[in-house]
Amino acid sequence: MNYHSRKLLKLNLAPWRMATVGSLLLAGLVVVAGRAFYLQGLNTNYLQGKGDALTNRNLTLPAHRGQVSDRNGKLLAISTPVESLWARPDELKLSNDERAQLARVLGVSPQALEKTLARKTRGEFSVRRPVTPEQAVRIAAMGVPGLHLRREFRRYYPAGEVAAHVVGFTNVDDLGQEGVERAYQDWLAGREGQRRIQRDRRGNTIRDLAPIRTAQMGGNLALSLDLNIQYLAHRELAAAIVALKAKGGSVVVLDAKTGEILALANQPIFNPNNRRNYSPEPMRNRAVIDTFEPGSTIKPFVAAAVLERDLYRPDSVIDTPETWRVGAKLVRDTHPHPQLTVSEIIQKSSNVGAVKLAMSMTPQQYWDVLHRSGFGQLPGSGFPGETAGRLRDAATWKPVEHATMAYGYGLSVSLLQLTRAYMAFANDGEVMPLSFLKREPQEIVGERVFSPAVARKVRAMMETVTQEGGTGMRTRVPGYRVAGKTGTAHKLVDGRYAPNRFLSSFVGMAPVSNPRLIIGVVIDEPSGGVYYGGSTAGPVFAQVMAASLRQLAVPPDAPDTATRVTQNAPPVAARAGGGA
Amino acid sequence: MSRFNVVMALALVVCALAVIQAQHRSRTYFVELERLKKEARVLDEQWGQLQLEQSTWANLARVDTLARTRLGLVEPAHGRVRIETLADAP
Repeated sequence: MNYHSRKLLKLNLAPWRMATVGSLLLAGLVVVAGRAFYLQGLNTNYLQGKGDALTNRNLTLPAHRGQVSDRNGKLLAISTPVESLWARPDELKLSNDERAQLARVLGVSPQALEKTLARKTRGEFSVRRPVTPEQAVRIAAMGVPGLHLRREFRRYYPAGEVAAHVVGFTNVDDLGQEGVERAYQDWLAGREGQRRIQRDRRGNTIRDLAPIRTAQMGGNLALSLDLNIQYLAHRELAAAIVALKAKGGSVVVLDAKTGEILALANQPIFNPNNRRNYSPEPMRNRAVIDTFEPGSTIKPFVAAAVLERDLYRPDSVIDTPETWRVGAKLVRDTHPHPQLTVSEIIQKSSNVGAVKLAMSMTPQQYWDVLHRSGFGQLPGSGFPGETAGRLRDAATWKPVEHATMAYGYGLSVSLLQLTRAYMAFANDGEVMPLSFLKREPQEIVGERVFSPAVARKVRAMMETVTQEGGTGMRTRVPGYRVAGKTGTAHKLVDGRYAPNRFLSSFVGMAPVSNPRLIIGVVIDEPSGGVYYGGSTAGPVFAQVMAASLRQLAVPPDAPDTATRVTQNAPPVAARAGGGA
Repeated sequence: MSRFNVVMALALVVCALAVIQAQHRSRTYFVELERLKKEARVLDEQWGQLQLEQSTWANLARVDTLARTRLGLVEPAHGRVRIETLADAP
């Protein structure tokens, strides 16, 4: 059809009018297109960002710290979420009524609250961490601008003070401060994740845009501790400290076969769940960090050294006068015997005898045995602050020091180190590396310190200590053969040996036929009248050993009429022994 | 030619509706997933709190005291323990 051919429709317009209207429309189009290009092409990033900001959010994915448990999975430390109250000072608007109410909820005086809130800080600060769930509900209901609750994880220690020295604790920022919490900080710590999500008008998450960082939960940790044994060690030590009026003490229980630390208790103690009343003194893990002069507990190493070199046999007889002069030093025995065998020197803990044995070697030879046994070296448990003790180079020893070294003065050790060294006697000459973590038996490679024959001979000598006539008769455990060595050392106070301040110790093992446990006990300054290692540390050893052996269902090895061992019995053995 | 166009147009409409449907379903599932994840987190926290509660009740010091005082239990004297060995024990 041709419109122009119809008369009626024919427009009779001047061409300029057509051109004007046409160009106006075109101009309009150009403006719209230009604007569209401006927005879509040039400004697109800015505007897209604005749009995303309305719908997209970065979401923090919480990650909590790993759990710590004992070897049987009993909980020692766990992180659980709590609310804490934070304030943003520049937004804070609090009427007098609200302040009074908040003070009531928090249980502080309004003046004290005023002071807390008046803090001049840029950004946020915490008002109370953590608040109880009830407080959290009431504060949230008040809806004060500038005050908000934040979800945080708090660390709890269900075993409390019983395992406090080993487990340690974290600070408010969840960083390990002491003990295992510190040693394995990297493994235990969780890492928060973030991801970007899209939300709809109602705040529902509708799309996962991009994971920025995946959350990494903290790893769990199974310690070598056995909480049952740990509790027994803690209980017996605590009771002994009170009874002996002592300043402190430690107990270490080692698995003689694997080197795992089954229990480690110290006194005084602290409660890791209560973060007020900080005081560094009771927090110290004395068994690992403190050193002491071992006293007579070193004598089995002297015996092992002379046996190893074939200088004496266990039944060689030695003259042991009451006193014996080395240089300017007079070595004295409190309970003198004119003659003793090597075995009896250990049994009666004769200083003169031990000195004569040690002096039959060169300082270097004796040093070599002590060094091999781990003295003067880090025990290698990985515990923070672990001490190596002190063992001076043999070249610097004077004859007097060579002599005193034979009955445990002039060198220093930690209880953990000393107990570890006894593993050589308990485990037929082989020392296993210490561990605070539970481990599988096949992954352990031991270190040979003595030959099996020497280790067994010394063990037999140490068994006589607990028998009639020995210094450790109060360390006997009914049903089991026990071996060990007592020690009573004068404390060094201001560079001199105090006549009436002692460190009493006992390190022993059971059952002697095939030792399963080694227990080291040290009591710091018993002041109730008794101070000999055999009668202070000894009974603690016996109690902990008896209970632990029962706990682990170790069959008795003593020929004992009180315990009837029956063959071919109905299966009640599991019930008799296996209580967890 | 025009019949083909009509068919294509219909196919287009069907596809478009299918896209909408799929998108909707994906969002519904996603919301569900989020809800379940949150639930899992809450349950996880609850599990932790229950573990904590359990270990508080089973605290050895508490059990020890209760056993001695309320139940009047004592450790068996050495002479009253009988050790039995199974014949076929390894």
